[in-house]
Amino acid sequence: MESHPDLTVSVIRGLGWFYLIVAVMNAFWTYRVFRSGAHYNSIAGFKDVPKAATWGLYTVVLAMLSFAHVIVDSTPADFLFRLPVGFKNLVDVVIANPISYFAVSMVIFVAMILLRRVWTRPTVAWVLLNIAMLFLGVSMTDYDFRQIVGKPDNVPIVGMLFLVGFFTWLYFYKSVENDRRIAAGEPKIEDEQSEQVLVWPDLVYTEMICMLLLTAFLIAWGIALQAPLEEPASAVKTPNPSKAPWYFLGLQEMLVYYDPWMAGVVLPSVILVGLMAIPYIDFNPKGNGYYTFEERKFSVITFLFGFLPLWVGMIVLGTFIRGPNWNMFGLYEYWDVHKLEVLNNVDLSQLFWVDWLGKPLPRPDANASALSQAGTIFLREWLGFALVLAYLFILPPLMAVTVFRSFFVKMGFLRFMVLANLILLMGALPLKMALRWAFTLKYIVSIPEWFFNI
Amino acid sequence: MSVGEYIRESQIWRSIFRHPAPYDRRNRAVVMLTNFFLHLHPVSVKQGGIALSYTWCMGGVTFFLFLVETLTGVLLMFYYRPTLEWAFTDIRALRDVTTLGIMREIHRWGAHAMVITVWLHMYRVFLTGSYKPPREFNWVVGVLLLVLTLLLSFTGYLLPWDQLAIWAITVGSNMARATPVLGHEGPGFQLLNLGGYDLITNASDARFLLLGSRFVGEETLNRFYILHCVAIPLVVATLIAIHFWRVRKDGGISQPL
Repeated sequence: MESHPDLTVSVIRGLGWFYLIVAVMNAFWTYRVFRSGAHYNSIAGFKDVPKAATWGLYTVVLAMLSFAHVIVDSTPADFLFRLPVGFKNLVDVVIANPISYFAVSMVIFVAMILLRRVWTRPTVAWVLLNIAMLFLGVSMTDYDFRQIVGKPDNVPIVGMLFLVGFFTWLYFYKSVENDRRIAAGEPKIEDEQSEQVLVWPDLVYTEMICMLLLTAFLIAWGIALQAPLEEPASAVKTPNPSKAPWYFLGLQEMLVYYDPWMAGVVLPSVILVGLMAIPYIDFNPKGNGYYTFEERKFSVITFLFGFLPLWVGMIVLGTFIRGPNWNMFGLYEYWDVHKLEVLNNVDLSQLFWVDWLGKPLPRPDANASALSQAGTIFLREWLGFALVLAYLFILPPLMAVTVFRSFFVKMGFLRFMVLANLILLMGALPLKMALRWAFTLKYIVSIPEWFFNI
Repeated sequence: MSVGEYIRESQIWRSIFRHPAPYDRRNRAVVMLTNFFLHLHPVSVKQGGIALSYTWCMGGVTFFLFLVETLTGVLLMFYYRPTLEWAFTDIRALRDVTTLGIMREIHRWGAHAMVITVWLHMYRVFLTGSYKPPREFNWVVGVLLLVLTLLLSFTGYLLPWDQLAIWAITVGSNMARATPVLGHEGPGFQLLNLGGYDLITNASDARFLLLGSRFVGEETLNRFYILHCVAIPLVVATLIAIHFWRVRKDGGISQPL
C-alpha cells in the first residue's frame, strides 16, 4: 500500500458522481442537438447521421464510466482509470516553469481574441467545457493534485475559474453576434429588448428567485464543505509556504520580481488609481450599453490582459503552483521542501560595471559626507536610473507621436499622459519578468542603502 | 369573504400596505413607489436592462451576499470573543458543538463568493461600457467598494486565529513595512527625522498603525475585529447606498441617457 495513495475508494466513488453530473449535462446537450435536427451529410458511408448520435454515444460512455467508478470493489491500487505518468510529467514541466507558464497563458490569451468567432460557437464551447471538466476529474486521481485543489480555501478558486471562463465566453459570444449585426447594419441584440416592462413582477420576482437559489446554494456548500480551521495560531511555527489570502496572491507573485515597496504598495495603488481612471481616459463613446469587441478593441484588450493573465492567471499561479520556499511545482508534483532552485540573479549595476566594463562596483565611502555618498550611489546606478526615467518620461511622448498618435490627438495632453503611464506601469510587470528570464536580472536600480530597489 | 380578503381589508394590514395588492397595472406601479424596500427600483425598466444574459446579476448577487454576511456575521458576534484566549476555541466550538455553527461556514464561503462576484460585476460593467458618461463617478464608487470588499475579507481572515489566519495576515501586512516614507523598511523613511532621530520605526510606521503592534498579536485581533464588524461595514453600507442611488439618478445600469 502506498503511503500517499493516488486512489482511494472514496475518491473513486466521488469521481463516479462527478462523471454522472457530466453525463447528465451531456444528456441535456444531446437532447438540444437532437431538437435542432443537425445532421452529418455522410459518415463512414452512412448518409444523414444525426449529430445527436455522436453526443448520445459520448453520454453513454460517460454514464458507463460513472457506473464503473461507483460500483468499484477492486482494490484502489488496481483501478485502471488514472493519469498516464508521461502526461503528468509533461504538464508538470510546462507548468512549473515561469517562462512556459506565461508563454502558454499568453498563447491562450491571444488565441482567445483571434479565434473568438470559432470558440464562441456553442458546440466548440461545449467541447471546451467538457475538456475542462474531464481534465479536472481525471486529475483528481492524482494525490498531489487533490491535496492542493481540494484545500477548502482553494475550492472557490476552481469555481471562479469556471465562472470567469463562462462569462468571458458569454461576452465574446454576444460581441461576435453584435459586431456582425453592426457590420450588416442590423439592430443589436440589446436594441431588440428596448420595450419598457414593469419592475413588479418582471424584476422583483427574478430577484426573489435569485435570492432563494443563492441561499440554498450557500447552505448546501456550508454543509458539504467545512470551512478551514488549522492548528491554533503560533507565532513561532512559520508555515512553508506562507501565503496571503488567495485574492492577494497575484500581488504576492509580484514580490518575485519587485521589492515589497513596489509590489506591495506602489503597484497595487497604481492598479486602483488606474481602475478609477478608466472612465476618464476612455474617450470612445461607443460600446455603452451593449456588448461589442470591434468598436472598442483597445480598451477591451487592455482590460482583459490585466484581468485574465495578470490578475486571475497570477492567482492561479500563486495558489496552485507556488509551493515551499515559493518554488514552482507542477500540478501533479509533490511539494518537496528540499526542492532546490538555483537563484543567481544579478543587478544591472553589477552587469554594467563588473561584467561589461570589467571594473569594480563604485562603493560609497562610509566616512565621506552624505552628499558625496549619494553621488557615488547615483554614479553606480546611473544606467538603471536612466532606463527607468526614459521608460516613464521619454516613452510617453514617443508613443504620442508614433503608435498612439490618434489617441493623443483625441485625448489631449493630460489624459494621454495618464493613459501612457498606466499602460507602461502595467507593462512593467511582464517586462521585468522577461528581463529576469532573459538576463537573470534582479534589480534595474539597486540601492539597498535606502531600501530603494526597482 | 375569504380569510385572505379579511386580512387584507383589516386596519392593521392597510396601515402597513397603503394600497391594494399589485394585481393590476396601476397597483404594480404604486407598490414600487410606496414600499420602502422596493422604492430602490424604478417603476418600469427596459427589458434588456434586466435580461440575465446582459446583466449577469452579479451586482445584485454581491449585494445579497453582503446582506447574508451581515446577518450571519451578527449571529457569529453573539458567540465569538476576539481575544487570544477565546478566539480559536470559539471558532472550533462553532464547528464542533454549537447549534447553527454552520453560520460560520456560510459566512466564510459567502465571503469568498462575494469577492468573486464583485470582480465579475466589475467585469460586466466594463465589458458593457457602463462606466461611460454619465456614470464615470459611480464606477469610482464601485472601485472603492471593491477595495473595501477585499479589506473586509482580509480583516475577517484573521479572526479564527489559526495558523492560516495569522500567517496570511502577517504576509499581507508585511507589505506595509515597505511603504515609501511611512514604512520602517520603505525607501525614504529616513527623510522623516527630528535631530537625527528617525520618526519612523517599527513601533510607529504604517504597519504598526495597521496591526496596533510590531507583530500580529492581540492588539491586531482587536483592531481587525472592530474594522471587520463595525468600521468597514459602516463605510460599505454608506457607499452601497450612494452606488444604488446614483444608478437610479443616472437612468439605469447602462446606456447613454
